[in-house]
Amino acid sequence: MKSMQLSVKGASCASCVKKIETALINTNGVSSAQMNFADRTVSVEGVASPESLIKAIEAIGYKASLNAAQSNHLFEQEQQDQKYYNLLIRKTYIALALGVPLMLYGVLGGNMQVSTDLDRIVWLVIGLLTLMVMVYSGRHFYLGAWKSFVHHSANMDTLIALGTGTSWLYSMAIVIAPTIFPEMAKHVYFEATAMILGLLNLGLALELRARGKTSQAIKRLIGLQPKTATVIRHNESLEINIEDVVAGDRVKVRPGEKVAVDGIVVEGSSFVDESMLTGEPIPINKEVDDEVVAGTINKSGMIIFKALRVGKDTALARIIELVKQAQNSKPSIGRLADVISSYFVPTVMIIAILSALLWLNFGPEPVVVYAVISATTVLIIACPCALGLATPMSVMVGVGKAAESGVLIRNGEALQTSSKITTMVVDKTGTITEGMPKMTDFIVVNGMAREMALQLAASLESSSEHPLAEAIVTTAKAQGIKLVDINGFTSITGLGVKGGCDDKKLLLGNHRLMSEQQIDVSAHQETVQALASQAKTVMYFAINGEMAALIAVADPVKDDSKSALSRLQGDGIRIVMLTGDNPQTAKAVADSVGISEYLAEVLPEDKADKVRMLQAQGEVVGMTGDGINDAPALALADVGFAIGSGTDIAMESADVTLMRSSLHGLADAIAISKATLRNIKQNLFAAFIYNIAGIPVAAGLLYPFSGILLSPVIAGAAMAFSSLTVVSNANRLRLFKPMD
Amino acid sequence: MIMVNLLGLALIALIVWWFWLYQRHTYMSPTTEVTIDLADGVYHPDVIQVKANSTVKLKFLRTDPSPCSEILQIPSLNYSQQLNLDQITEVTIEDIPRGDHPFHCQMKMYNGLLQAV
Repeated sequence: MKSMQLSVKGASCASCVKKIETALINTNGVSSAQMNFADRTVSVEGVASPESLIKAIEAIGYKASLNAAQSNHLFEQEQQDQKYYNLLIRKTYIALALGVPLMLYGVLGGNMQVSTDLDRIVWLVIGLLTLMVMVYSGRHFYLGAWKSFVHHSANMDTLIALGTGTSWLYSMAIVIAPTIFPEMAKHVYFEATAMILGLLNLGLALELRARGKTSQAIKRLIGLQPKTATVIRHNESLEINIEDVVAGDRVKVRPGEKVAVDGIVVEGSSFVDESMLTGEPIPINKEVDDEVVAGTINKSGMIIFKALRVGKDTALARIIELVKQAQNSKPSIGRLADVISSYFVPTVMIIAILSALLWLNFGPEPVVVYAVISATTVLIIACPCALGLATPMSVMVGVGKAAESGVLIRNGEALQTSSKITTMVVDKTGTITEGMPKMTDFIVVNGMAREMALQLAASLESSSEHPLAEAIVTTAKAQGIKLVDINGFTSITGLGVKGGCDDKKLLLGNHRLMSEQQIDVSAHQETVQALASQAKTVMYFAINGEMAALIAVADPVKDDSKSALSRLQGDGIRIVMLTGDNPQTAKAVADSVGISEYLAEVLPEDKADKVRMLQAQGEVVGMTGDGINDAPALALADVGFAIGSGTDIAMESADVTLMRSSLHGLADAIAISKATLRNIKQNLFAAFIYNIAGIPVAAGLLYPFSGILLSPVIAGAAMAFSSLTVVSNANRLRLFKPMD
Repeated sequence: MIMVNLLGLALIALIVWWFWLYQRHTYMSPTTEVTIDLADGVYHPDVIQVKANSTVKLKFLRTDPSPCSEILQIPSLNYSQQLNLDQITEVTIEDIPRGDHPFHCQMKMYNGLLQAV
């Protein structure tokens, strides 16, 4: 059973709905069909092929197509944006074609007064031309203003409509009845109306362009999803649409192709590039039983995997959803701007009236002109958009930028708090270290051949289930060593293992085992101590009662943990390491990565207590862990960072998810958060300057001291470009490089 | 001049009443599904009353091409959603808590109110 959505064309009445639904239900393999008349789509459930559904709809006289996938939606959205952009540019041209010559005429000393009958006729024609411009280029503003007004709300359109409407009405009043105005007040402002409309449309068009760029990160993520997949059904390879892949399908991926859905490798092996999701630049080796994730690229061999998660359940789809949600959320820093925005437009209208009244009562002659100019300018210069856009635009780019670096930030609040972290609590195992024991040293003694000794040791340990044994076997296999048969294998609890190979008696275990078997290891104690001080567990390997090798196993520190932690320390962040390990191992690891504060033998529940204690000291605490046993501490911290868990449930619960296992992701997350907050502050500052400084100047505050009174045209330009300023500034974040 | 000043003050009073004090008409939803048009700068209906603690499906049909209208936010429910142009975007709210839940665009220029009673 699968669900499909079809777009239907030609359905013009409600009765078509019943007709289409019936036609579909009568098609073989359809269990239900429901049409949505508003958006002309029909949802169909069943096993019927899309072709048969389209045929059924076309047979009754309508046109149908399989509804677009997410990427096509995006394409449609882009096309619609382009269409709207072109329309805005046309409106700009028309308005400026009238506004610019008129303004130049006025600036160059042309007569803008209505003094004679000829002036009246000429300006009447220009007034009517301006009206036509208002209808074509400003229709959307006036319609929006009116609709808002009848809904008892006001928005940017209200201000534009009032501002341009006032200047046009005042000018037309002069043209129609010049005698009621004093001689000095017979100046017309048609050029202001046309210019303002032109500039505002231009500003909107440029804003639309700039806004498109802010969502590039999400477009890139959506673009990772391939459109088709090759599945093997009934021993036959079929290329099918991605929407038709179902869980359990065997999916074939050739070198160079993208993995279509999430799954587990069942055949073949290859290196897979996961950098687009995790930021991890080195391709990962995938073998049978390894998981592969949708959107990643198969680099070398061919693999066949079994689909586990498809559609909106894939890790990629969940990441896209998470990023979208986070991009649309707001941190508290934008709250003040929000509150102001709610009261903004009516307040500006009141200020405009008060300003006009002040000019009328106390202004110089011609008071009417000054009153109209100041009221119009106040209405036009105020820009609620810049104020409202300041925070969300930066969050949108910042969260997208983080996603590109393999850092998933859950919401705007997490972004803001991350930028304020003063102490970072870091779990050791799996966070600073690899989380899997590895053989780090194999030191042969008494002239033993290394390869043979390692072969025998690994062969002996291959029968053991101890994690340290597994580390030895894995390393030996990775070095191309073939294991041999062991006879008489015995595990000696708490001590080690013994067995035989041909005529050799093999013994591998700790110091006590060697002592019990009377094997002298005293000559190697210096080496043993040196290895132990590096947080390594040392084992002894003896052949025929004689020491053959010292084997050290450790959970190695990740190559880049030290440099990543130095980045955080360089930012003034205090690092505290917590581990359940013994003090000697903890100290060795802490020393190796340059951490001076650490706590050993800490139980998972004690980690949360440590976080609480640091918070009580006034620290803003970040907690980094693997998201499973660290869950209480992650939840309690001001910001919880789940590391290397992009495909599991931690993604939904952590504040920040680091898709790659490197701690550089953590440093990147903090750097991006700081850069985004800086950007938000710049935007809020710009928006407040435009409005807080702009409105009083427009009202004529500077006039008594300097004779400066803003022209409505300048105000129009300021309003148009204020939004553009914040959107463009937010776009600067796209160029930010966390490692710089 | 006194008349002009009085007229100005009356206009201010009118603005305060019209935009801030006026009680907007409430759309009482007979079902748990409401279609909301987003066109020409407004949501219609803009004040919607639904039953508290029920599952509510809001279907937003956005025909307003202005970029201002593309994001819908319901802060009290911690919800945000991109509304695609000329398409219906469904917003399902399960177990809606009693109280007022304002919804708006990113810039709070387009406003609506969901009342769960």
